[in-house]
Amino acid sequence: MIQINNISKSFSGHKVLNDISFTFEKGKTNIIIGQSGSGKTALIRCMVGLNEIDSGEVLYDERSFHQLDFEGKKGVRKEIGMLFQGGALFDSKTVEENVIFPLSMFTDLSESEKRERANFCLQRVNIVNANKLYPSELSGGMKKRVAIARAIAVQPKYLFCDEPNSGLDPRTSIVIDNLIQEITEEYNITTIVITHDMNSVIEMGDNILFIYNGTKWWEGNKQEILKTTNQEVQEFVYATTFMKELKTRF
Amino acid sequence: MKPLFHIGRYFLLMKRVFGKPEKSSIYMSRIFEEINVLGIGSLGIVAIISIFMGAVITIQSAFNLESPLIPLYAIGNAVRDSMILEFSPAIISLILAGKVGSSIASEIGTMRVTEQIDALEIMGINSAGYLIQPKIIASVLFSPVLIVFSMFLGILGGYVFGVLTGVVSDYKFVYGITYGFRPYNVFYSLVKAAVFAFIIASVPAYHGYFTHGGSFEVGRSSTKGVVYSSILILAFDLILTQLLLA
Repeated sequence: MIQINNISKSFSGHKVLNDISFTFEKGKTNIIIGQSGSGKTALIRCMVGLNEIDSGEVLYDERSFHQLDFEGKKGVRKEIGMLFQGGALFDSKTVEENVIFPLSMFTDLSESEKRERANFCLQRVNIVNANKLYPSELSGGMKKRVAIARAIAVQPKYLFCDEPNSGLDPRTSIVIDNLIQEITEEYNITTIVITHDMNSVIEMGDNILFIYNGTKWWEGNKQEILKTTNQEVQEFVYATTFMKELKTRF
Repeated sequence: MKPLFHIGRYFLLMKRVFGKPEKSSIYMSRIFEEINVLGIGSLGIVAIISIFMGAVITIQSAFNLESPLIPLYAIGNAVRDSMILEFSPAIISLILAGKVGSSIASEIGTMRVTEQIDALEIMGINSAGYLIQPKIIASVLFSPVLIVFSMFLGILGGYVFGVLTGVVSDYKFVYGITYGFRPYNVFYSLVKAAVFAFIIASVPAYHGYFTHGGSFEVGRSSTKGVVYSSILILAFDLILTQLLLA
């Protein structure tokens, strides 16, 4: 479980996060939604310590992340897996080397054990016969799946996904969403997903946080979000013609 | 205030760079990789430049030694001292600042803008240590080798061109390079090479590491890395010469 309490953050005097509190539950897919520029990515970057927060605290299973020293933070980060928007695969390493990398850094496994674990993770995300390819030779969907394989290689307790299906076709998006959901349940981890995609929200949204102008505006789950009367949330959810039609039909 | 900000941030980065490695064996293999990329990969350009520098010094010295009172072996002497004292450590380091420095800044800068450095941090890896430390160590360890290689080829180039063009006989040239030789000059040159190597690796790495934005900013970081490391090389050349030779 990850708890954030009264998080605030400003960049060059401009407040991007304003007093946000929320609990991201274990074993569930927690979703952060909001318009572009609302502060979603800033929030998770603050949560994992890529940006320092101005005030508030982030608790990883009751460990206050921002009060830890450099080594303490490194310890917590070893329990975090993160899927970046662009995949952030190491472009000088092959697919297999990317997945093996965290195992080499943090485990004492033999070469054959590392290779076995990497192959298991790659098969788990349906990547086959691509071990020797470089990231530049992969499609967008494959890159995201390899990034997921790398993130789960060291069995993280917390998984952060920043727009996992941006730039992907609808079918591949669903594959990625299902994969994230399966991994969350299988490993009983705390997963946090940032998305704009309402399909993903409806598929995976066990616990949803809606951010509006850097402020927590609404929270609930996938059933509640379709029925909410909150105007800003409604505008976001029913922004597309398809969703509007769906609303009038049901 | 901006220079002070950069100096402070540079030293804070260096503190992180020389933090305890997560796994020494991986850092060790990274050092060998970097020696191969930064050091062995520069042998060709160092060889070409050194041979031509030695040849040009020989011809220019011969052209300027018109007085019959100055012996011809002074040509060999001039080539030796020019190569050992200045041309090999300083000019080769400036060339390497361009070749190696731009490569380091653009590699690390690209990793920054494509979130690969963030990915390392999230894994709990000291990204500054993992990326920069092996480059600095490889550069400092291998640069003296490159400089000695350059001295040798520079003098050899001078000898070959001097003899081939007939401006000096082989006996006089060899006598000149052995006459009044001070081993301390080689030590002074190697100290300079090691200091310049540290600058060549760390300054562009600093600019690459703190790149913000996209490909345009990566290019700017690369340029800044080369320009600032070149200026620092010249400044430290003066400081070290004053300290070690004056």
